Amino acid sequence: MKKDLICIVCPRGCSVTVEGEIGALKVTGCSCTKGEQYAIEECTHPTRTVTSIVRVSNREDTMASVKTSCPIPKESIFAAMESIRGLSVEAPVCVGDVICKDLYGAEVVVTKEVL
Amino acid sequence: MVYDVIVVGAGVIGGMVTRELTKYQLNVCLLEKESDVACGASKANSGFIHGGFDPEPGTLKAKMNTAGIGKLYETAKMLHVPHKQNGSFVCAFGSEEEPAIHELYERGLENGIQGMSIISGEEARKMEPELSEEITLVLNIPSAGIICPYELTIAAVGNAMDNGATLKTNFTVTQIQRAGDVYTVTGSDGQTVQGRYVVNCAGAYSDKISAMVGDDSFTIIPRAGEYLLLDKAEGSRVTHTIFQVPSKEGKGILVSPTVDNNLLTGPTALRVRTSGSTETTDDGMAIVRNLAKKSVPGVDFRQIITSFSGVRASVATGDFIIEPAKGAENFVNVAAIDSPGLTSCVAIAEYAVEILGKMDLDLTANPQFDGTRSDPHFIKKMSDEEKSAYIAEHPEYGRIICRCETVSEGEIRDAIKRNPPASDVDGVKRRTRSGMGRCQGGFCMPYVMKLLSEVNNVPMEQVTKKGKTSDLVTGRIG
Amino acid sequence: MIKHSVVIVGGGPAGMAAAIAAYDRGVTDTVIIDREEELGGILRQCIHNGFGLHKLGRELTGPEYADVYKKQVEERGIKVYHTTMVTAVSPELVVTAQSREGLMKIQAGAVVLAMGCRERSRGALSVAGTRPAGVYSAGTAQKLINCMGYTVGKKAVILGSGDIGLIMARRLSLEGAKVEAVCEIMPYSGGLTRNIVQCLEDYGIPLYLSHTVAEIHGTDRVEGVTIAQVDENRRIMPETKRYIPCDTLLLSVGLIPENELTRAAGIPMDPVTNGALVDENRQTEVPGIFACGNVLQVHDLVDYVSDEAEIAGMGAADFVLGKQNGGESVSVKPGQGVRYVLPQRINVGEEKDVPLFLRVVKPYGKVRFTVKAGEEVLATAVRLKAAPGEMEKIVVKKEKLDGVQGEITVSLEEIV
Repeated sequence: MKKDLICIVCPRGCSVTVEGEIGALKVTGCSCTKGEQYAIEECTHPTRTVTSIVRVSNREDTMASVKTSCPIPKESIFAAMESIRGLSVEAPVCVGDVICKDLYGAEVVVTKEVL
Repeated sequence: MVYDVIVVGAGVIGGMVTRELTKYQLNVCLLEKESDVACGASKANSGFIHGGFDPEPGTLKAKMNTAGIGKLYETAKMLHVPHKQNGSFVCAFGSEEEPAIHELYERGLENGIQGMSIISGEEARKMEPELSEEITLVLNIPSAGIICPYELTIAAVGNAMDNGATLKTNFTVTQIQRAGDVYTVTGSDGQTVQGRYVVNCAGAYSDKISAMVGDDSFTIIPRAGEYLLLDKAEGSRVTHTIFQVPSKEGKGILVSPTVDNNLLTGPTALRVRTSGSTETTDDGMAIVRNLAKKSVPGVDFRQIITSFSGVRASVATGDFIIEPAKGAENFVNVAAIDSPGLTSCVAIAEYAVEILGKMDLDLTANPQFDGTRSDPHFIKKMSDEEKSAYIAEHPEYGRIICRCETVSEGEIRDAIKRNPPASDVDGVKRRTRSGMGRCQGGFCMPYVMKLLSEVNNVPMEQVTKKGKTSDLVTGRIG
Repeated sequence: MIKHSVVIVGGGPAGMAAAIAAYDRGVTDTVIIDREEELGGILRQCIHNGFGLHKLGRELTGPEYADVYKKQVEERGIKVYHTTMVTAVSPELVVTAQSREGLMKIQAGAVVLAMGCRERSRGALSVAGTRPAGVYSAGTAQKLINCMGYTVGKKAVILGSGDIGLIMARRLSLEGAKVEAVCEIMPYSGGLTRNIVQCLEDYGIPLYLSHTVAEIHGTDRVEGVTIAQVDENRRIMPETKRYIPCDTLLLSVGLIPENELTRAAGIPMDPVTNGALVDENRQTEVPGIFACGNVLQVHDLVDYVSDEAEIAGMGAADFVLGKQNGGESVSVKPGQGVRYVLPQRINVGEEKDVPLFLRVVKPYGKVRFTVKAGEEVLATAVRLKAAPGEMEKIVVKKEKLDGVQGEITVSLEEIV
């Protein structure tokens, strides 16, 4: 196989080429090792970090932002969003508070302090 | 209840007629199809107080303009409506156009305008350095001025309501029937209002309202004028309102400061298809740009903050129609009020009520009538010391919601509560200027929505831009 | 009148970083005036990740990045005037502000302007058509969705492919809306390439380059838009007009530095950046008034905002402490292929390396940037590609600046 990608690890956005067979993929065009890892994963099992919001039940018109603690499988993004929509928190919450232990292999973590 | 008078249409004319009627011991009901007053021609026009040289001598327009100008200045003061007597220039570009200046001058004299003069392009440029070098002769009309047309309407209706009038918005008249001496006016949702007299001030729809009582003697030809409004950075380009003499190319457009220190350019005058259509077009906006630069070449159109279009309700004869409806008793048409309708509005209202008087409407003075309205922008006129003291007592006037126009939470709460109450985001905008500045509500709109939701006790999903189905948010997450 | 040594106008990423830097330089009487209830500015609504890789070495979401700085402001006990709006800054360094507590005048030792930017509106674009509900600037929609928790529509078209537009295309998709198209009037996107991948391609959203929204339709709520291709002069080609039914139009058509206070203070401006003219300390032409962040130049990465704010914060502190060197200054000008360079002026006696920030005029492949004073080359840098959407940074070493005279220019040449 041969695949051309844009690396999304950092804002630089390197143009990357992945060649070879799964298990022995060769990556060219990367400027860093993180990019190499991304390129291989993108060809084998692509993942993304999901960020969203949950309602703060005891505050009016206030949302706490959340994210998955690590990237989750790309095909699970919409299912994960559905689960996140079912969550809510009660203030106060701090950055780093875990509000769901397992969502497609990741934790759901609060990213905004609401006092 | 049976009202003494029903007024159809809450534009500047309907508003002024209603206010005029509250000077007498009358129960008055004002009907408006939109969610707010001043939603038709009254919100989108030049905001210009005409000197009065334009109308053909002897017409109703000439009479109302000349009689109306002083009354308008006086009423604007009483109602605290932003206005300014800044004077206007009508400009001729070259010898071919110069005779028109003399004609307009003569016509102005005949209409009884005072203080006009004809000056050279040179002299005009001394007063207005940004005027084009191509301008050779200018008619100077110092009595002309500018006014905020929607604030005038809001103030007129508000003052009428303070004096006892009733306003019903979202009331689209579909039928008018008379039984005995009582008219029953039916709205599109089946609601009815009864009254003994009806005044039709329905603007672009006034022919349809008139036809409901059998008078189809006139047809409104709606024309749309497109405008471009520029940032305050351009507001001091000129101090006078600059007109062009009508020429082969068209009637020309104006370049004018507004009472809020923006620069207004326009309008184009094109015929439109439907009465309500007020879209802007690329061609229209290009015409405005080019013609504005003809008068004032330095106008920087990168400073546009918004474009808009307004409908003029004209008729073929070209004159106002202020008269009893043909074949219907106790029904007065106040129709075809295009330019100079704004200048004439107070005179028109008085004249319409005079006609009602002749129809035996009992005009006993209302001793409680108070023709004044407090200034909605009072906080802006305070000194720093006064403002500090006022905020100490009323903290909500300290919190700024709209940054571009420096509008406080207190002013927005006032707009939502006081007569006529604002029920949507555009209503708040017209009353307070929140969202009217250079960011066009990008920053303040969510806060204005929250205040509307809180004060009117409705969920955010029901807060609209301009009533009906103009929802702003479509659902709640989580 | 109240007195404070350094007054920072704005509590977003620029304001916070400037305050921390001024404090750490030794001026503990540094205060922030912020119009919001919470520090963080626009970052609080940017819930997506991608922030902090350069500055903090890890990838954070916007609110997390803000939180890092907020904690540092709190640890230092830096005073913050919340929900307070600055209404004027005078060349004499008097700051007037207003809040629920009343009007306040502060005599500052130095002022740092960090008001950020606003979005260009529909009106400024003069898009033809009607004026229904459902036309939002992307940031307003972002605030309604991410901070207040309301969806803005079900079917959307986005005009402008700047980063906010791209991010919002993904955000709307995640919240269940269908994004029919992103239109970009330029022949290239103004956003980061990685955002085109992870915000559009991931969700199958088409990006139409050299396209614009020609007309908006709908009376109460948006019912559709007409999109069209534009020619090389960005004029609509009528034969390409196409109607797309939708209930929402988001505009991501540019950011404008919020410089009303700056202009009112009579501070000279750069017509290209729409920000103040500054020296390498981010001092404006009015002594004691500094500027940083998006009010000075619109950045694409918050990390660089923080960098710039630290320079301004230290500069303001040095001004208060009387540590600033005067001396000769030279101007810095954009040359071939470069749209602007910041700072626009360098004091040559300052004995420190000076990073230059710049943007190119159009997308390029491999280029070499050259910084020159007369015929003397002060610095060069090679980049594999350069695009207007990505700010470049080139450092000029202090020894190279020693004794420089005349004018410094930065230009680029393409390398084949």
